[in-house]
Amino acid sequence: MSSANGQLQLPALELRGVAKRFGDVTALDGVDFTVAAGSVHALVGENGAGKSTLMRIADGLLSPDAGTIRLFGNTITAHSVRQAMRVGVGMVHQHLSLAPNLSVTENLVLGESGFFRPGSAADLLRRTELASGLIVPHDALARDLSIVEQQRLEILKALARGARLLILDEPTAVLAPSEVEDLLRWIRDFAARGGSVVLVTHKLREARAVADEVTVLRHGRVVRVGSAATISEHELARAIFPENVEVQSAAATLASGKLEAPKQPRDLLVQADAVDVTDSRGARRIHDAVFEVRRHEIVGIAAVEGSGHRELLQALAALLPVSSGVLRLPERIGLIPADRYRDALVLEFTLVENVALHRLGTRHGLIPWRDLEDRTSGLLEHFDIVASSARARARELSGGNQQRLVVARELEHAHDLVVADNPTRGLDIRATAFVHGQLREAAARGAAVVVHSSDLDEILSLATRMLVVYHGEVREVALDRDKVGRAMLGAA
Amino acid sequence: MIISLAAAGDVVGVLEAFWRGSLGTSSAFFSGTLVRAIPLSIVGVGIAIAFRAGVFNIGGEGQLLLGAVAATVVGLPWSHGLGVAGVAIALVASAVAGAAWAGIAAVLRARFGVLEVISTIMLNFIAANFVSYLVRGPLQEPTHVYPQTELISTSVRLPRLWAETRLHAGIVIAAAVAVGAWWFLTRTAAGFRIRAVGASTTASRVTGRVNVERVSAVALVASGALAGFAGGIEVTGVTYALYENLSPGYGFSAIAVAILARLHPLAICGTALLFATLETGALGMQRDAGVPSVVASALEALVILAVVAMTGRFVRIPWRTVRPRASDAGVAA
Amino acid sequence: MSDLAPFLEAAVRTTTPLLIASVGETVSERAGVINVGLEGCIIAGAYAAFVSATATPVTGYAAAILAGMSVGMLLALFAVVLRRDQIIVGTALTMLSLGITGTLFRARGDATALVVATESTAAIPLLSEIPIVGRALFAQPAIAYLAFGLVPATWWWLRRTHAGLSLRAVGDAPGAARAAGVRVELVQCSAILFGSALGGLAGGSLVLAQAGSFAEGMSAGRGFLAIAIVALGRWRPAGVAIASVVFGAAMALQFVVQALGWRVRYELVLMIPYVLTLIALGAFGRGSAPAMLGRARVD
Repeated sequence: MSSANGQLQLPALELRGVAKRFGDVTALDGVDFTVAAGSVHALVGENGAGKSTLMRIADGLLSPDAGTIRLFGNTITAHSVRQAMRVGVGMVHQHLSLAPNLSVTENLVLGESGFFRPGSAADLLRRTELASGLIVPHDALARDLSIVEQQRLEILKALARGARLLILDEPTAVLAPSEVEDLLRWIRDFAARGGSVVLVTHKLREARAVADEVTVLRHGRVVRVGSAATISEHELARAIFPENVEVQSAAATLASGKLEAPKQPRDLLVQADAVDVTDSRGARRIHDAVFEVRRHEIVGIAAVEGSGHRELLQALAALLPVSSGVLRLPERIGLIPADRYRDALVLEFTLVENVALHRLGTRHGLIPWRDLEDRTSGLLEHFDIVASSARARARELSGGNQQRLVVARELEHAHDLVVADNPTRGLDIRATAFVHGQLREAAARGAAVVVHSSDLDEILSLATRMLVVYHGEVREVALDRDKVGRAMLGAA
Repeated sequence: MIISLAAAGDVVGVLEAFWRGSLGTSSAFFSGTLVRAIPLSIVGVGIAIAFRAGVFNIGGEGQLLLGAVAATVVGLPWSHGLGVAGVAIALVASAVAGAAWAGIAAVLRARFGVLEVISTIMLNFIAANFVSYLVRGPLQEPTHVYPQTELISTSVRLPRLWAETRLHAGIVIAAAVAVGAWWFLTRTAAGFRIRAVGASTTASRVTGRVNVERVSAVALVASGALAGFAGGIEVTGVTYALYENLSPGYGFSAIAVAILARLHPLAICGTALLFATLETGALGMQRDAGVPSVVASALEALVILAVVAMTGRFVRIPWRTVRPRASDAGVAA
Repeated sequence: MSDLAPFLEAAVRTTTPLLIASVGETVSERAGVINVGLEGCIIAGAYAAFVSATATPVTGYAAAILAGMSVGMLLALFAVVLRRDQIIVGTALTMLSLGITGTLFRARGDATALVVATESTAAIPLLSEIPIVGRALFAQPAIAYLAFGLVPATWWWLRRTHAGLSLRAVGDAPGAARAAGVRVELVQCSAILFGSALGGLAGGSLVLAQAGSFAEGMSAGRGFLAIAIVALGRWRPAGVAIASVVFGAAMALQFVVQALGWRVRYELVLMIPYVLTLIALGAFGRGSAPAMLGRARVD
């Protein structure tokens, strides 16, 4: 915005005709993208639109198949993180990338060369904190920092190397609402001091609140560029998801927390009485939890990272024993874990084998492969999963179809309790709608559903009741975005 | 190898020696190669079961030696009265001894998180020294001249299949072990658990509700049982006594056997025969052409590297669990 | 008391190869690569030192380092470039090295009688006159001083250089290291080469500072012991040094038993280091291993 001298007139980032393919998939198809110096530019688009790929190219982590990159007037040819760093680009990744067992100062200067002097690194940290207004604990290992502090350290890391252009990839996904406000305010200040920011996000409200300009990516192409002030949320939503009117309105109204009419609550399926849960390292993560979940309910669990909700979900899925108190769970539990590649599927196994994996620990004797194959074929048909056959390998399926398979397998039986942790992470809008529909249907059929998502708006749109976990404490909160947001941070 | 071939001078002569030693004569084939394939195949199947579970049992050698010790102890002259049951008891004892030896590594892994690669190798060294101790100490033959035990009684020896050769009933047992392991891994829940844990410990635990540590321990112990069993078969079928170099590295060769077979029990019968040919051929080369037989172990290592290079992460290999059915044609969704 | 001095001297001598190999393995494991081929590096180093130590021990040591590195290059190729399973590849490399050295050694013909010139001890005046510990600490071959000097040097390098920082980050969180501009594969390959070079050097010291000759399989599991030592020393140079000394002393026991003519079966004494490893790993082996140790994929 401010242009003190002629140099600043050069755009911070200028991408021309950038293209990138991964195997058969075209991730980017001739993208032009310009960030004016001293401005905040929001890059929006649905999952898989190519936002992260584009920014990883700008940061030198990936090299493009075609196109040119200019950073502050320098044409980039080497495509390395080091070179991007040298001309003043710093990226904060969605999955924060600190080395957990290195100290804060060691992380700050990681990647340089020569001798490492802890004293001068600490000085650098102090100076950068002073200049930026972001504070982190000094004498700690990175793994002991909270998520917010880790994110601050990532930003400090970039600034300490003289970054003038910050690329923030979905920085608010892991934050509670008031932390989001703080970060957005800081971004504005940074731009006011002459810095440039690319904010990658799928949250339209944030994009409009903080950005000067907005670029919309769809299927690896730029479909809309404009000033944030003149483009409405509705227009943005239509640019992002043009094919599906129903989805479009849903996306535009997600924030309002529109609810389904609650079903008549009947029998109690989950009953927690003074429950404590201890994690694998022996730390108490949930204490004195009292709550219950009934048939037909969809209970949302909201929390910021590190609050203990992960352990609560594991206890509800009967993966972690309670250390004291009584947690009564039904026998049949379906589980949709957050990381399907790690916890739900064996990619090299066939679909039949992946179906057979369900509750394998309780099987005895021989495995009825023929019955299982018939059942798997039935699931493919009934849940509309695109696969060559039941004996295709899970790896051959698209991400959306893999998640459909997981959902189909877990909801196939009439489970009494379904635990879903970020069930739509990484899915496109259609697959997301499918998963949401299945969860609602499971509740309608008589299951109790417990769902957590790091996207608060997603939980609000699904839940009939809300539990908030803060610092190991579980309490019920009204279905109101502001109230939930405050409760996530421990405010009254 | 090239240097050693050059040192031997005459390539044709070397190859002839290889042929005579391995396949060229019926006595070489039936008394040498086939007999050698028996322990390779049984240990190889054991290694495959462990590797399938993602457990790196490098201790087949030590487990085999402990099995040999157990079979020898059962078979020494005091067993005269046992009759045919003696063989069965000796073989069961050898499997139990091998399982117990691997069990040490299993417990160390489950309770204390000790890498089984390290513990099984340490157990190999301990087993080798233990056998040396036994055959020079408490179990040495009565004249105290040779570092070996007395011969086991004739009633606990496996029958020869063909009088003129040294081929013994162990070959039938080895084939049965391979078929049994294949059936176990593909058809039973316990076998599928082993494969699932090897393919993904997290998915097995979270989705399968499998006790991963227990399955790993079971796979390691089963693997040790088969290696010990092979040691018992070697004593009751071939050596009839315990001595120091009873195993020419079967435990290590079996790793190559299992990997070349891509951990498939039925294929292991074939690769065991291939490596037995390689090894007896190498012995023939040493005998007739002066080429050191340890060259075989270098070749086996090269085979492992070649297979690993070509097939990627070796545990992730095609494995058909469901037989094709005619009705499947064109059903693709 | 008179038996203690020669025992200590022998203990330092047997510690030397273990320590060299363990320090190298520490560096390799801190970068996330477990080198099960270390045993192969040692035997290759021993054989190379044996065949090339004609003039001075220095050429022998140089050859040993190169031999160790050539094994390490294969590990780097398979484990880092091709991302294959580190343990399987390492096992194969150990078999390969044992096989090749055995073949070459036997092909030399009547080689059992061959003895090479060993390194002479470099006694430090005055200090080596101290009773009991004097000769153990200050009258050793140069390689022993080098081995012990490696420990603080490695500690310093890991803690006080950016290269050391990058190496630790690669073993801990390769994605983070990459995002910070660290060339992960380069770091891992360098760490493997360093570790295997020291493995080769350890093998060289077996021949040039201890045995004065080569025997098939003379590495006798030292590579595997070194891997255990690294775990026992919690992946820290100082801890690794302490663990190496304990194991070196355990191996030196066999000389004491021989010298004293104790009525203990020799075979049982030979078992001690291996049994000790199992017990020690069970008792203390649980430490903070580098997060990515042994993983084929790094991202």
